[in-house]
Amino acid sequence: MKYTYYPGCSLHATGVAYDMSMRAVFGKLGAELVELEDWNCCGATAYTSIKETVAYAISARNLALAEKAGNDVVAPCSACYYVLNRTRRSLAEQPELREHVGAALAEAGLQIGFDTPVRHPLEVLLSDVGIDRIVAAQTHSIAGFRPACYYGCQIVRPFAAVDDDPELPMAMERLFCALGAAPVDFPPKVRCCGGMLVATFPEVAQELCRELTGWARERRANCIVTVCPLCQANLDLMNLDCSGKDGSPGPLPVLYFTQLIGLALGCSPREVGLRHGLAPMPMETPPLPVGPGRT
Amino acid sequence: MRSRFDPLAGAVAPGMLSRSERDLRQAFLADIDRIPGAGRLQQCIQCGICTASCPVSFAMDLTPRQVIAMFRAGAIEDVLESRTIWLCASCYQCTMRCPADIRITELLYAFKRLAIGRGMFPPKFPVHVFAETFAEMVNRYGRNYEVGLILRYFIRTHPLGLIRRRRDGFALWRHGRLPIRPTRIKAIGDFRKIIAKAETFDLPQEQVGREKVTDTVGYAAIGR
Repeated sequence: MKYTYYPGCSLHATGVAYDMSMRAVFGKLGAELVELEDWNCCGATAYTSIKETVAYAISARNLALAEKAGNDVVAPCSACYYVLNRTRRSLAEQPELREHVGAALAEAGLQIGFDTPVRHPLEVLLSDVGIDRIVAAQTHSIAGFRPACYYGCQIVRPFAAVDDDPELPMAMERLFCALGAAPVDFPPKVRCCGGMLVATFPEVAQELCRELTGWARERRANCIVTVCPLCQANLDLMNLDCSGKDGSPGPLPVLYFTQLIGLALGCSPREVGLRHGLAPMPMETPPLPVGPGRT
Repeated sequence: MRSRFDPLAGAVAPGMLSRSERDLRQAFLADIDRIPGAGRLQQCIQCGICTASCPVSFAMDLTPRQVIAMFRAGAIEDVLESRTIWLCASCYQCTMRCPADIRITELLYAFKRLAIGRGMFPPKFPVHVFAETFAEMVNRYGRNYEVGLILRYFIRTHPLGLIRRRRDGFALWRHGRLPIRPTRIKAIGDFRKIIAKAETFDLPQEQVGREKVTDTVGYAAIGR
């Protein structure tokens, strides 16, 4: 199994732990990640509000490069996953746009191409590797974790990454149950965290994040598991107000799903980048005494 | 003088449209015409599922349902001057649940593009600067450079915000999550060529002076 890895800008900055844990988990499971050579910004939502054709053209540059590389693209950031897929759909649907983008790419000697699938690592791990093989590779217990599995927006809609109910996906819960953790019921799992509003309307974004963390606390979760660097950053920043003193609730660690899988597969906390989280991680991951992973 | 049954004015516009309104409307319709699904806004049944699903509708001055109603009523200038289009966090909940299959999120993008192209914003409202600064960063480096983006955005809009939110930045930096130096892609020359060429295809925006005839247009005309 070989994939073209499109990290996106966040995974080199605020989401550095996602990058580390992705590579660690894929390495343990024998799936090879080859970073897309000289990738650029996906043309995120903010760019779409300025110039539409330009946003599509820079997005299409990545797709053209990936087409040359040949393998399926894995985009861990939900926004990149969505934007690249939207570019694929729009190029297929709109002949005029295809022509314009093709002309723009020709300036750089690239040929338009949008047939390479763009996939999210959650879906890749579930359908290409499979829960059985992940469980078979488990070496450490994550029984102490009660994660609130948070999917956020853009991997469930409008392009569903995992074949699941878009209003109440259960893919992560199934995976973590199989690994021995105890996911809590988390009804707002597909509600928005505010995304980029954290910069432009911080009060609104904080209100949304407060609701999400409030739900998780009420359900006695001891961590939140996310699939997107922006969700992770937004929810993690809420921890700065939660020291556990003066009646404020204690910090609630916000993990990437790959970090939790990595811990179960025997990666060290350092390998999966736990130190980049803003809240300390109180749970231990003891090695499994006997288990299928030990055979 | 155009007839009040001018199809461009929409089937339900009760009054005459001002020239600027008509012009904005035309530009908007031309833009969304290119987006499959967005042009279906004529099919809106005003059920309000979008507003009920929207996680940020509590902070909006016009709800998503009202945006469509206002547009139909010929009050596009009011839509452009609302906070609503800038509050959308692109979560696509409305798009997914809309029973008429209208891509509402894409519609709001089209409104944003029109607002930026025409320079029409709510008074004292700098949010569009964020999108512009983002584009600037990408044009310069090929990738987003978060530190530069945030610094520039706050310096241009409200420098005091930078002081108020220094704690967030410091915490991220202390945990090794804010690289201070930007990375530039290797083929930045080619990348800029792509942008320059693609820019020529975006619809040209011409400035038309405001002439607002509020008392004969839109909801105002039916005594809202």
